[in-house]
Amino acid sequence: MNPAMSGPRRWLFWAGVAILILWVLLPIWLVAMGAFGGRPAVFQWPKSLLPGSLSLSHMAAFMNVEGVANAFLNSLIAAAVTVVLSVALGAPAGYALARYAFRGADAFKLLVLLTRAFPLAILALPLAVAFIRVGLYDSPFGVALMHTVLALPFAVLVTQSLFMGIPRELEEAAWVFGCSPIQAFFKVVMPLAVPGLTATAIFAFVISWNEVFAASVLTVRERTLTAYLLGVLSESPLHTRFAGGLVLILPSVLFVFAVRKWLFTVWGISGK
Amino acid sequence: MTNLTRRSLLAAGAALAAAPTAAQAQAGDLAFLSTQLRPVEEATKMREIILRSAPVRTTYVTDEPQNLTTRMRAEAQAGRRTVSLVGALHGELQPLAAEYLDPLDDVAATLADRGIPQNLLTLGKFGTAQQRYIPWMQATYIMAAHRRALEFLPAGADINALSYEQLNAWAGAIRQRTNQRRLGFPAGPRGLMARFFQGYLYPSFTGGVVRSFRAPEAVGAWEAMKAMWANASPASTTYNFMQEPLAAGEVWIAFDHVARLLDALRGAPNDFVTFPAPAGPMGRGYMPVIAGLGIARGAPNRAGAVSVIEYLSRPATQLRLAAETGFFPVVRAELPADLPPAVRLAANAIAATQNARDARVSLLPVGLGDKGGEFNKVYMDTFQRIVLRNENIRTVLDAEANALRTVMNATGAPCWSPDAPSDGACPVA
Amino acid sequence: MTQKAWIPYVLVAPAVIFLGVLFILPLVQTLAMSVSDENGLSLANYTRMLGDLNFADALRNTFLLTLVAVPAQIVLALVMATMIAKIGRGRDLVLWVWVIPLAISDLAAGLAWLSILQSNGYLNSALHGLGLLDGPTPWLTQETPLALFVGIALAEIWRATAIVLVILVAGMQLIPKEYAEAAEVFGASPWQRFTRVTLPLLKPSIQSALILRTVLAFEVFAVVYALGGRNFPVLVGEAYVWQGENQNTGVAAAYAALIMLISMIATAVYIRVLRTPREQMA
Repeated sequence: MNPAMSGPRRWLFWAGVAILILWVLLPIWLVAMGAFGGRPAVFQWPKSLLPGSLSLSHMAAFMNVEGVANAFLNSLIAAAVTVVLSVALGAPAGYALARYAFRGADAFKLLVLLTRAFPLAILALPLAVAFIRVGLYDSPFGVALMHTVLALPFAVLVTQSLFMGIPRELEEAAWVFGCSPIQAFFKVVMPLAVPGLTATAIFAFVISWNEVFAASVLTVRERTLTAYLLGVLSESPLHTRFAGGLVLILPSVLFVFAVRKWLFTVWGISGK
Repeated sequence: MTNLTRRSLLAAGAALAAAPTAAQAQAGDLAFLSTQLRPVEEATKMREIILRSAPVRTTYVTDEPQNLTTRMRAEAQAGRRTVSLVGALHGELQPLAAEYLDPLDDVAATLADRGIPQNLLTLGKFGTAQQRYIPWMQATYIMAAHRRALEFLPAGADINALSYEQLNAWAGAIRQRTNQRRLGFPAGPRGLMARFFQGYLYPSFTGGVVRSFRAPEAVGAWEAMKAMWANASPASTTYNFMQEPLAAGEVWIAFDHVARLLDALRGAPNDFVTFPAPAGPMGRGYMPVIAGLGIARGAPNRAGAVSVIEYLSRPATQLRLAAETGFFPVVRAELPADLPPAVRLAANAIAATQNARDARVSLLPVGLGDKGGEFNKVYMDTFQRIVLRNENIRTVLDAEANALRTVMNATGAPCWSPDAPSDGACPVA
Repeated sequence: MTQKAWIPYVLVAPAVIFLGVLFILPLVQTLAMSVSDENGLSLANYTRMLGDLNFADALRNTFLLTLVAVPAQIVLALVMATMIAKIGRGRDLVLWVWVIPLAISDLAAGLAWLSILQSNGYLNSALHGLGLLDGPTPWLTQETPLALFVGIALAEIWRATAIVLVILVAGMQLIPKEYAEAAEVFGASPWQRFTRVTLPLLKPSIQSALILRTVLAFEVFAVVYALGGRNFPVLVGEAYVWQGENQNTGVAAAYAALIMLISMIATAVYIRVLRTPREQMA
């Protein structure tokens, strides 16, 4: 805490922090109100910030709709596979970028950034055709492949800074003691990298969990939760939309809370 | 690449994948993809009530109309299908007919005694010699009003035989006396506004849809629309389904597809009245909506699909569907006396529409292939320019007529009712 | 080390192959789609796109939104990052809260703000409670374009400031404290310390944040759709409509190519304008 801040300034400072916290949390609270309040709450005027007549029954009804539980499972599968693939493909690439200066490094980085410059939903048709041919259509695997394309840039760039933060001298010391490069990597570097890799994995999970459009186009029966919700959302009554919105928001928020320490470390924003 | 990927993926995820996907691979299982009855509540009814007693175990999957073509095309291009039975509107099945739907003449023959009207069956051929879909259910567009709006009705107006002028006067009276605009149109991104222009406004004012697009009478039609818009809720451009604003009291008079009004009627049947859409100088135009069942070409379970079509065409099933969803039977079936009140309201308005002396049927477009969307875009763009952006009516009509001509010539589609028949592509006068 | 020269290539290869098959290939296919019609190579799709009723609006709206939202996000994130640097206990908790929007799908964010901005929503309820409004008032309609724009901008700022915050806080952590302390010793005021020491050293982070946020801003869609429907056309929204409702993948592909082009130009501009000389980074 900066000791130079005097009384009124301190008060102002904390008021600012509180306002910003409220700014972030209020919309989420309101979605929850809409989700638990059901149809009568949605039409009510004027609306109150505090819960009036809430009930879990609306959310329960929503979760019991056929297909929601299955969609939940599919989202989990797709996200899990995304995590495995993006770490398996991204970490080695990040390591290479961190430790070696090689021709094509910049070109590779450019390729990785290019994936963000293009709206991926448009790639639906060519990919759908290709997926059917190899048997990946209508499966969480196929969706995971597309999600990995989304998550890979983060994985590569984050693991790059991660490995850059682990001094090369540690590996070289291990070589001096007779380890092969591969042994050195797994014995020395990996333990230090695990927290960061875990955080990267969680972030890839969240990206996959939230992705909406590709999942909608690439599945018919084995929908992910977001694809399912997008399909029904635009034509559902408002209270159902809020219930769906809450189901979308809660898991991501909880996951990020659970791993915030690791996530912050890998993003380079953990406390001193 | 593919073999390696496949093997490694399968090896890594066999356990994960086995549980959900194995369930589909059983014989006799049927995937029924439908663009109708999509909202959660209606889809649940389809699954729990209607399809529960189907002869084949059916997985009911819904999707948005725009994804239907993408999906069928993708599946066809790769030669592997997941979907056997397709349920969609006439206009949504149209782009699929030639390449992706199986001929159904055999099925039509077995259903010959159900009493499906001949003109509907003909629609299902899309102007060719082969049956591409079996009519499944029908609906139309009506108007609904909350009872509290009735006191503003102009003197001497018969609600079941309104003219557009009277409707406008009614909405105008509400606006003047309550300072709120309570007329509502489904002009949202998923709303069916284009059908209002094609099936209701144009036939009522000009007697045609395509031929008379830029006729002098069309100018009158758009002027009437502008007048009504001035009395309509500005949030109309966000309304997809009129039942919500109607039930919330945001809108007191609404025009929409029967199935999109039903929820409001169900919630408080004694609070609402239903009535046919208004008439213009050339009559009371209306557009019947037909949903049909088609079988995908190369379907994994054609026999199952045929038996489900037969099941869905039984009078009992169709009556059940009517009671639950507001889509009415296409087969010969007497509506029972104990219909739920909301459905009774809808049925009355539909009957009044169909039996009106000045009724003018506007058929669904035939022969537009996959340009159906661009056809609708002409009318919606015209609406946007004339009504929302206040451009000169004549200029806009002439410009958009060019766009319409392009669509008609590209598809070569001949004119359909209420336009007089044509040789070759329907001309825009 | 020369015999190990192939190592980096082997490590990078799987990622390259993966992206090549699952991104480059469909991308090229889509671009090819944009320059062809039934008769082979043609610019018909681009002509259609440029002449469309909503094109000018979509282009203008997307640019305006980016122009308004991105600087606001940068400024807000700078304020928040500076505040974080000053918090002792509870820093992690506050940071976690401020980072939450990152974890939220933009569809959900759009829904959240819809509940606030609807005509019978929470904003109007609050204004009604304060006596400023008589009844439900629409903000998100055709006839209130300014209010609609402000509403969408607010929702976007709420949703996307978090990612800028993360980048800036990471950048701030890298600034050695000695610089600021030295400046203090020399009598610099807090504002001078901020603008002369912190800000220049944050330039690489600001550059990264600007590039990332701008490229993503050009792809805005779900939030706009949830709040405004078709009342506020944007580029990706138009592409989506052409692909879905109008069944014309050629024009949709043309929009996608345009978006990519704009993103690449913007990136190049940022890299040029915010170029950081080597010494400053050491």
